[in-house]
Amino acid sequence: MAKLTRRHVIRAMGAGMLGTGAAGILAACGEPEVVIKEVEKVVTKEVIVEKIVTVPAPAGPMTGTILADGSSTVGPVTQAVAEEFRTQFPEIRVPVGISGSGAGFKKFCIGETDISNASRPIKASEIETCQSNGIDFVEVPVAFDGLAVLANPANDFADCLTVAELQKIWEPAAEDTITSWAQVRDGFPDEPLILYGPGVDSGTYDYFTDAIVGEEGASRGDFTPSEDDNVLVQGIAGDRSATGFFGLAYYAANQDKLKLVHVDGGDGCVAPSAETVNTGTYQPLSRPLFIYISVPAAERPEVQTFIEFYLKNAGTLAGDVGYVSLPPNIYDLALKRFNNRVTGSIFEGEGAKVGVSLEDLLS
Amino acid sequence: MRQETGTRWRPRIRQRKAIGRGFAALTIVSTLLGIAMLVALLVDVFGDGAAQVDGHFLTSYPSRFPEDAGLRSALLGTLWLLVLTAVIAFPLGVGAAIYLEEYAPDTWLTRFIQLNIANLAGVPSVVYGLLGLGLFVRWFALGRSLIAGAMTMALLILPLIIVASREAIRAVPDGQREASYALGATKWQTVFRTVLPAAGGGILTGTILALARAIGETAPLITIGALTYIAFDPSGPMDLFTVLPIQIFNWVSLPQEGFSELAAGGIVILLIVLLLANSIALFVRFRLQRRFD
Repeated sequence: MAKLTRRHVIRAMGAGMLGTGAAGILAACGEPEVVIKEVEKVVTKEVIVEKIVTVPAPAGPMTGTILADGSSTVGPVTQAVAEEFRTQFPEIRVPVGISGSGAGFKKFCIGETDISNASRPIKASEIETCQSNGIDFVEVPVAFDGLAVLANPANDFADCLTVAELQKIWEPAAEDTITSWAQVRDGFPDEPLILYGPGVDSGTYDYFTDAIVGEEGASRGDFTPSEDDNVLVQGIAGDRSATGFFGLAYYAANQDKLKLVHVDGGDGCVAPSAETVNTGTYQPLSRPLFIYISVPAAERPEVQTFIEFYLKNAGTLAGDVGYVSLPPNIYDLALKRFNNRVTGSIFEGEGAKVGVSLEDLLS
Repeated sequence: MRQETGTRWRPRIRQRKAIGRGFAALTIVSTLLGIAMLVALLVDVFGDGAAQVDGHFLTSYPSRFPEDAGLRSALLGTLWLLVLTAVIAFPLGVGAAIYLEEYAPDTWLTRFIQLNIANLAGVPSVVYGLLGLGLFVRWFALGRSLIAGAMTMALLILPLIIVASREAIRAVPDGQREASYALGATKWQTVFRTVLPAAGGGILTGTILALARAIGETAPLITIGALTYIAFDPSGPMDLFTVLPIQIFNWVSLPQEGFSELAAGGIVILLIVLLLANSIALFVRFRLQRRFD
């Protein structure tokens, strides 16, 4: 386990993704950091391509189109897998769309797509739509993501926020009421509270509201939403009293512009990093990412080959695009789940679920 | 007798000339401001993106490694979409304009139709996307194909083409029509051999401006479900596709270093496609006018 974690950190550094203590030191020493990063990057690219595991090709010509759509968070993972898959099976086309977890399921459940990327488990209402259209699905986790709470670097007071304080900031009752940092905690200065967050159609928003407010999709309305995480980065970086949240990968690429706020989920302040997300100590804001495969599509040999390739390489590629790989045995369990066509959601339609142990759920 | 000398007319030539010069200067500033914006945009974009544009950038598929990434599939998608949209929208738009200008009786119904075509030109593009999704993608079962995208885009630019073509047709002097009739030509011969060639320049300009709008649009295509990662060439009108604006948008939204430069490179290519389309239209227009002047 320790060895696995170290590999994540190294890979994360190489891809320009930081987040751990070691990475923080690198960021602090200025110029030399750039040099190290570039050297690491070149090495990493070759190392990663070398690590790709090929899968046995079934008999017969392999052609066809496998259509994937959904979450903008999971999209890059599926794209990375599709890109590597293409080098082994150039005749199989795997286009990937990005429309958000919710919009992805809408298309998936009427049979328009073969694979749905999702940054939260499928909801009961979506399962119903799938069933009424005769679409059964297999749900498999592909990576972990941490949600980062960010503030402007000029903010020198909010180093760590408790879940209760985050709830006070974001719950629906805070609208037009909690407008100053002084209201969040005694001792914070009386500065206006400016908020940024992902759009309400994103799984990221669903997960955050579920984990922090306690009810999925419930939050105050007076914050600036954007589906483009770079807009959130610009917004928080441009206003000294702003705060907001988004996926850890975006913080990693912008850590010179933003301050990472540690989160106290009850057991003390924890900073999100590859390690704390993987070990589950960064709670409640680390979440699994999923793909859903439609059972009718899973009958096709090219889809079976693609999923096998996906789950054998997701560990390498998830880290490469900025997420945290699952432990190897989870990928084995997930592949077994797919091969046995275990349908339905392990979350039973309850939507975003906080602090899950995938191993317990899958086995 | 007259006391109010203040109301007596005074020439004040110098002052009035100064006001005149001031107004001329203002109009020059307005003109230069527009040009300056264009130059600033071009310098900024080319400064960021020109270094990205090379053969590899044009012939490679998207990649998660910025140094490997290219926009081949997006460029091909845009060209396909451009041609298909033109093929659908041009005959429909010009046909509607001919009817409204040459054939339609001047009744309240015609005026109502004309008014609403002008209204359609102002409808936000995402609304056309929703219509395209419901009508072409789902009801016609065309899927997320190039043809569904082109039909949606054709709807979007149809009002623009109709309005521009009507203006051009109306600008043809009645004397030319009468001369044609005087030579014994029928109505449709007059329309096809006299009015349309004379109006051709204006119609083409309007069509090209409308097409330029179509290839810069992202919202309707995202709504109908155009994809973001495509690593193959579209093989026909029924194939899946992506376009340059979607590829650019995708690169802009990625956190890793290197992709914003790729996005700038993509914008350079998009501008070049636009300028090329514009210059082809200018050339055709020039040829047409030389024939009929």
